[in-house]
Amino acid sequence: MSAVLSGGFSAYLYRDLLLAYRCRSDLARPLIFFLVVSTLVPLGVAPEPARLAALAPGIIWIMALLASLLSIESLFSSDFQDGSLEQMLIAPNLLAMPILGKVTAHWLVIGLPLALISPLIGIMFSLPAVAMVPMVLSLALGTAVLSFIGAVGAALTLPLRKGGVLLALLVMPLYMPVLIFGSATIQSAVDGLAWSGSLAILGAFLAIAMALCPLAIAAALRLSS
Amino acid sequence: MSAKNILTVENIAFERNDNLLFHPVDLALSRGEALHIEGSNGSGKTTLFRLLTGVLQPSCGSVYFRGKPIEQCRYDYLSELLFIGHQSAVKGMLSAQENLKWMSPPATSAEELACALSSVGLEGYTHIPCHNLSAGQHRRVALARLITSKASLWYLDEPFAALDKQGIALIESCMQAHIEQGGAILFSSHQDLAKTAVRKYSIVGYQEAF
Amino acid sequence: MKLNRQWTWFHRLGSPRWFYQKTQCWLPWLGAIAAILLVTGLVWGLAFAPPDARQGNSFRIIYLHVPASFLALAGYYLMAIAGAVGLIWRIKLSFMLMKSAATIGAALTFIALFTGAVWGKPTWGAYWVWDARITSMLILLFLYLGMLVLRHAFTNHESANKASAILGLVGTVNVPIIYKSVDWWQTLHQPATIKLTSAPSMHPDMFAPLLVMILGFYCFYALALILFTRAEILERERRASWVRELVAEKQGGL
Repeated sequence: MSAVLSGGFSAYLYRDLLLAYRCRSDLARPLIFFLVVSTLVPLGVAPEPARLAALAPGIIWIMALLASLLSIESLFSSDFQDGSLEQMLIAPNLLAMPILGKVTAHWLVIGLPLALISPLIGIMFSLPAVAMVPMVLSLALGTAVLSFIGAVGAALTLPLRKGGVLLALLVMPLYMPVLIFGSATIQSAVDGLAWSGSLAILGAFLAIAMALCPLAIAAALRLSS
Repeated sequence: MSAKNILTVENIAFERNDNLLFHPVDLALSRGEALHIEGSNGSGKTTLFRLLTGVLQPSCGSVYFRGKPIEQCRYDYLSELLFIGHQSAVKGMLSAQENLKWMSPPATSAEELACALSSVGLEGYTHIPCHNLSAGQHRRVALARLITSKASLWYLDEPFAALDKQGIALIESCMQAHIEQGGAILFSSHQDLAKTAVRKYSIVGYQEAF
Repeated sequence: MKLNRQWTWFHRLGSPRWFYQKTQCWLPWLGAIAAILLVTGLVWGLAFAPPDARQGNSFRIIYLHVPASFLALAGYYLMAIAGAVGLIWRIKLSFMLMKSAATIGAALTFIALFTGAVWGKPTWGAYWVWDARITSMLILLFLYLGMLVLRHAFTNHESANKASAILGLVGTVNVPIIYKSVDWWQTLHQPATIKLTSAPSMHPDMFAPLLVMILGFYCFYALALILFTRAEILERERRASWVRELVAEKQGGL
């Protein structure tokens, strides 16, 4: 019975990580995007450290959100094109398990690296040092939620030829609570307040997303053929 | 219904945007038997396979596996099933061996994988990324699953597409061996098998659908 | 057999033809009740209710704003439930209701936002402020727009129906989370805002017309939903013999 439940999770996690490792240059794209777009902000607003520091929590979170969104579209599309999605749908095990494996791989490959390089942007935006740890933690937890929600949108728009903008439209409103609590975690740390509360709420979002999103993704993927 | 019966399809039909795709299909398949599905392009052969695998829900009719509706024995049915579709599910960035390992039962050993790949004529190509291989070789990687799989019921959608004469003969001998061991095969193809005589079923598309 | 009998009403209800014929006689009644309630509520609210102590006459826009916001939110849940029923029992009529509810809901959300902006000008001195309620309404509008756009992106009706139903269900889980998050976000950034729509503390003379308006909006919503769904039924079932007969009858009468 445990094979019925767990079957597929590790196989798909391993395969997607291996594929990501083979196309390392694709991996770097969202990270470079994150850095480049963040550089636009001081150029567009003003290079004053005080003003940048005030904007930093929101800007860093919005950039991370966009980087995650850009990369989520391809989560199922290559599997859809080469027929492996069909094989995934007719595996005897629960469909939620391979999905969980794929989303976890996406987070490990996109969300976690984004969280880890975020201090670099924090320094560029003169973010105080006390806010660095909460920033990395909130991004690490929050991008996992973004991966789950984004995967629902990616699965729903999978059969459509030009799903890119539509995906953003569907998913953005659902991202908003994560954005609110993510940037609030950093802001609280900057203001010297306790930030564990909003971080805990991000954790709660992750728990809900992990439980419910695979079901929605599975239902949406079954529509794709 | 005989004990040998493995698959029964009763009056199955599928409608898309209120148009029926093909005339309702009725067929039965027993152990040790192969059934050749014929039909012109666009008659719905691929859709039929999707209905049989449960990826699509039929608009009417049902599919029985060993006398039970497939919705009631989904796990048993799908564990016994090997489906190779139009697209080979081969990843260009993975090697032939990695691709086959991922598509085979988890317990398959490295020797079995190498053996299966060499018997479909891919010896020497097992460790290079598949995007360097030709379309026919991609197809061979996918069809190597016929050797590693433990499933008793095979659904093959156009198994001979993109293969050369030698490849076709190879796959045909695999199918022959499977039938002799008591397995069952449902396949679609535009060409007849050279050696084995099999029952045929013609699927007829509705003209209004186009 | 008993089970069968219990379920026949359910499936008859799911038949578009049954719905079309049954609702025929409801329409005039529903239309009359909605018109009476809306006219009474508007005249009462705009002309006879006392002006607000702080805001004067400008508060009167709540007689449109509050019912529209109410129904925009309730409509989202109705739409999601209709979608879920359609997914589970594969009832076409349910999907048609969902589609109609999405269009009407988006329009109501827009009305709520527009009246909110008009109300904001005399009250806050700006057409747009990032008030919690208005921000939530804006996000709700985005959710509705997502539903409409997703629907139109599919060429295949069945996929469009199922995909929108799934999106609706995902939205249902998210709507309370979004509302609570935005509420919390508001208290974080603007601790002292003027709470305008605190209904319980309203004077009864002001509250009674509001209640009439809300009831009137509910009736109007039901009417609009039925009309939209009837139009959808005719379009989707245009090849069915009963629709052809209906059309022939209408043309014969002219």
